[in-house]
Amino acid sequence: MSDPTTIILAILLPTLAAPFFALLGKNPNLRDTATLSIGTVLFLVVLSLLPAVSGGGRPSVEIVQILPGVSLGFRVEPLGMLFALVASGLWIVTTVYGIGYMRGHHEENQTRFFVFFAIAISAALGVAFASNVLTLFIFYEVLTLSTYPLVTHHRSEDAKKAGRIYLGILVSTSVTFLLLAVVWTYHLTGTLEFTPGGILEGKASDNMIIVLLALFVFGTGKAAVMPFHRWLPAAMVAPTPVSALLHAVAVVKAGVFTVMKIVVYVFGIDFLGNSGLSVWLMYVAGATILISSLVAMTKDNLKARLAYSTISQLSYIVLGAALANNWGVIGGSMHIAMHAFGKITLFFCAGAILVATHKTDISDMAGIGRRMPVTMIAFLIGSLSVIGLPPMGGSWSKWYLALGAADAGQLALVAVLMISSLLNIAYLIPVVARAFFVPLPEGEEDTGIKEAPAFCVAPLCFTATGCVVLFFYADDLYRLVSGIVVQP
Amino acid sequence: MSEHLPILQIVVPMVSSLICILLRRRLLSWAFAFTVSAITLVMSATLLARVYAGGTIIYELGGWSPPWGIEYRIDILNAFVLLLVSIISTVVLLYAPSSVADEIPASRHHYFYSAYLLCLTGLLGVTITGDAFNLFVFLEISALSSYILISQGKDRRALMASYQYLVMGTLGATFIVIGIGLLYAVTGTLNMADISARLDEVGSNRTVLVAFAFLTVGMSLKLAMFPLYLWLPNAYCYAPSIVTAFLASTATKVSIYVFLRFVFTIFGRDFAFDTMHLDAILMPLALIGIFVGSLVAIFQTNIKRMLAYSSVAQIGYMMLGISFLSVTGLTGGIVHLFNHGVMKGALFLAVGCVVLRTGSANLDDFRGLGKRMPITMAAFVLAGVSLIGVPLTVGFVSKWYLVLAALEQGYWPVAVLILLASLLAVAYIWRIVEVAYFQEAPEDAPEVKEAPFLMQVGMWTLIVGTYYFGISTSMTVSVARKAAEMLMGASS
Repeated sequence: MSDPTTIILAILLPTLAAPFFALLGKNPNLRDTATLSIGTVLFLVVLSLLPAVSGGGRPSVEIVQILPGVSLGFRVEPLGMLFALVASGLWIVTTVYGIGYMRGHHEENQTRFFVFFAIAISAALGVAFASNVLTLFIFYEVLTLSTYPLVTHHRSEDAKKAGRIYLGILVSTSVTFLLLAVVWTYHLTGTLEFTPGGILEGKASDNMIIVLLALFVFGTGKAAVMPFHRWLPAAMVAPTPVSALLHAVAVVKAGVFTVMKIVVYVFGIDFLGNSGLSVWLMYVAGATILISSLVAMTKDNLKARLAYSTISQLSYIVLGAALANNWGVIGGSMHIAMHAFGKITLFFCAGAILVATHKTDISDMAGIGRRMPVTMIAFLIGSLSVIGLPPMGGSWSKWYLALGAADAGQLALVAVLMISSLLNIAYLIPVVARAFFVPLPEGEEDTGIKEAPAFCVAPLCFTATGCVVLFFYADDLYRLVSGIVVQP
Repeated sequence: MSEHLPILQIVVPMVSSLICILLRRRLLSWAFAFTVSAITLVMSATLLARVYAGGTIIYELGGWSPPWGIEYRIDILNAFVLLLVSIISTVVLLYAPSSVADEIPASRHHYFYSAYLLCLTGLLGVTITGDAFNLFVFLEISALSSYILISQGKDRRALMASYQYLVMGTLGATFIVIGIGLLYAVTGTLNMADISARLDEVGSNRTVLVAFAFLTVGMSLKLAMFPLYLWLPNAYCYAPSIVTAFLASTATKVSIYVFLRFVFTIFGRDFAFDTMHLDAILMPLALIGIFVGSLVAIFQTNIKRMLAYSSVAQIGYMMLGISFLSVTGLTGGIVHLFNHGVMKGALFLAVGCVVLRTGSANLDDFRGLGKRMPITMAAFVLAGVSLIGVPLTVGFVSKWYLVLAALEQGYWPVAVLILLASLLAVAYIWRIVEVAYFQEAPEDAPEVKEAPFLMQVGMWTLIVGTYYFGISTSMTVSVARKAAEMLMGASS
């Protein structure tokens, strides 16, 4: 199969399969088997692009010209490859988990869930492979719209409100800021193609570059840089597999991916790094990291706490982009994968606790480790990875980010990263400690081990293992993403 | 035969509208009207292809050369509008039978289709002619027949709406005929190309200024520019579903074409914009129209009326594109003329399906429709996101060129305002999405099923168009750009 066909197949496969999931809706077993097999095939298809990309190739395809000089086109480069692998790989895991969760929690409209989930994956892959800013923008918006029915899955009054915030923030930031930035870039340069080294150098004054960077970063609402972060906590009304999709598989990752990609391929890191025009963004990211960690500590609802944790972790990646040097970009890109595995584990655990015990608040989770030891150990592993302690994958990306900050001469930001790790410990570890060391509250009987269904537990064990594996095999990841900054 | 295509474009629907009265069978008159409309579509597509390849076509009626005879003059701009009118007319007629059967007594169907064809004749005639007085005559033909069509609405308020439109429309037409008369007094000719040439010699005297004023106001009334849009919401709201879809997608667009023709071709860009500073009025009014139309739309409970106010806003976008006075701006305005026709047609056809099944277009009747009429609602949402301007839709293409034009001219605030206004569209479209998908139908709601097959086909044709022309923009944008270059070049 030629590379262009592979790319198109990867993007279309989930969407083309979606109607069949809908047709098989009457027979859930068949439907879920179909979803799983499509997921596996998709992952293999995406994986088949990897050798070419790590060998320095850039498989590409152009579909149709939308505007003069701008096509609907795709080109696979290392950063997009990484995001596509994360999204398609975790789709399988999330599907397994989704089957267990949706059935275990007796959710309605499961078919609709799987259908829109598949479309969202297509959109995420479109974002990952986009060869120009317009194509990326198109799939970015498709991703927003296709996840709306997922976020509002319960169709309740709460879901409707959350949906309004979700759509309101994501659409208004992207339409007012991001689109303006895209049109402006086109106006300045006459192209929107992602080009190594960037396209904006010398095309605009310093002040315009700062404004453009701000429009791009804040326009990418999915990156949840404060003050446009409110949609992420609001979206926690959705079923847990959707939270996994939002926080780990596709949505926020599409956001930070967009920021990273635009910094590297539109502005150019040499240009930004030498001119110092992104320094303000480092501090905005740093502030987001600290403030949201502090907010996370005040949240008793486990999913809300994890949501604020995500906001904080996303700004690590934005910070990596803003540092605009090799270490920053490598660290930020690796963090896309590392955070994905860590955070998906934590959300899977939160969902497993909900399915098994119907508990959502941390204060109610005393002694829960005795009932669900596997889940809580996985939670510990995920936490350690998010904190950035060895032997978990998260330690590497933090290491490189700190290197990048030091390299850029921003010692204050090195300190921010360290303080943030301490804050992570302060809001994540008590959950585990309470589960294992605080006795069950009075009146609750010790029922022995009672985990969530196997379909829920297996995926979270898998992703927790992934956190450890990524520590030992970080080298491969490093080599892939270093292709972003070192041109073959 | 084929060199007579320009006149056949008019004569075929005109004669057919008379024949249609004789066809007293319900389905027969429909099939006849549909066939005629399809023939006009083929003709206008051929004309566009020919103009695109070979340049302006000039046809002298009866062999009388102008200025004694009437001349039809087809360039890339009006060929494009001809295509829009005949596409929409054909798709709407394809959709029509069940909807018309529901809203209009069977005994009057042949009259209805006859008036429809007459209206089509008028709209095509206005677009194709190169003679100013002939243009006025066709404008009146289309207007009078649309008063008839609107008054056929089920609701008795349709009569009032039609009367209101008649008063305003006649005012507009009177202004236009006064303007044309004054131009005739100054130049002694009614042929538009001649008027244009002689106006250059005459220069600007008071008569020309007055003619310009009358024509601008008259056309602004006809095209429903803010604040002269008051006839539009009622007319669209109470007219039969297919009439609303047809008129909303074509009538105002044809009027905008007339506006472009008079301002750019006849008076010339220099006179209109440098001497008269038309853009100084046009741009603020367009922007106010965009915001007022969108804001009022958010608070409507009748969806047809809501879409009507949305049209007021969308007309603002087109006029805004014109007011930039650049090739990109005009391209945006002209392409939006086509794009808006397609997507607004799709939306009104979707609402028509709802009206057929639930009996009204009130927001309350949309409760639970996401489950009860999933295909229709899916179409509504798909066309609605185009109105918002989501990429891959035609709405995005228009917005892109408008924002780009604003940036080219250095009008930053305008670019931001265009983008902010699309958020208002999110608000009024999403209100319906929430009602349709988040609220349950009331207990006593009648059972509804999906709309009949032909209505679905008509509706989905326009949805496919909304996305096709949103992805593959080469046809629409290159035609619009050619037209824009012609308008900018012809008058410089």
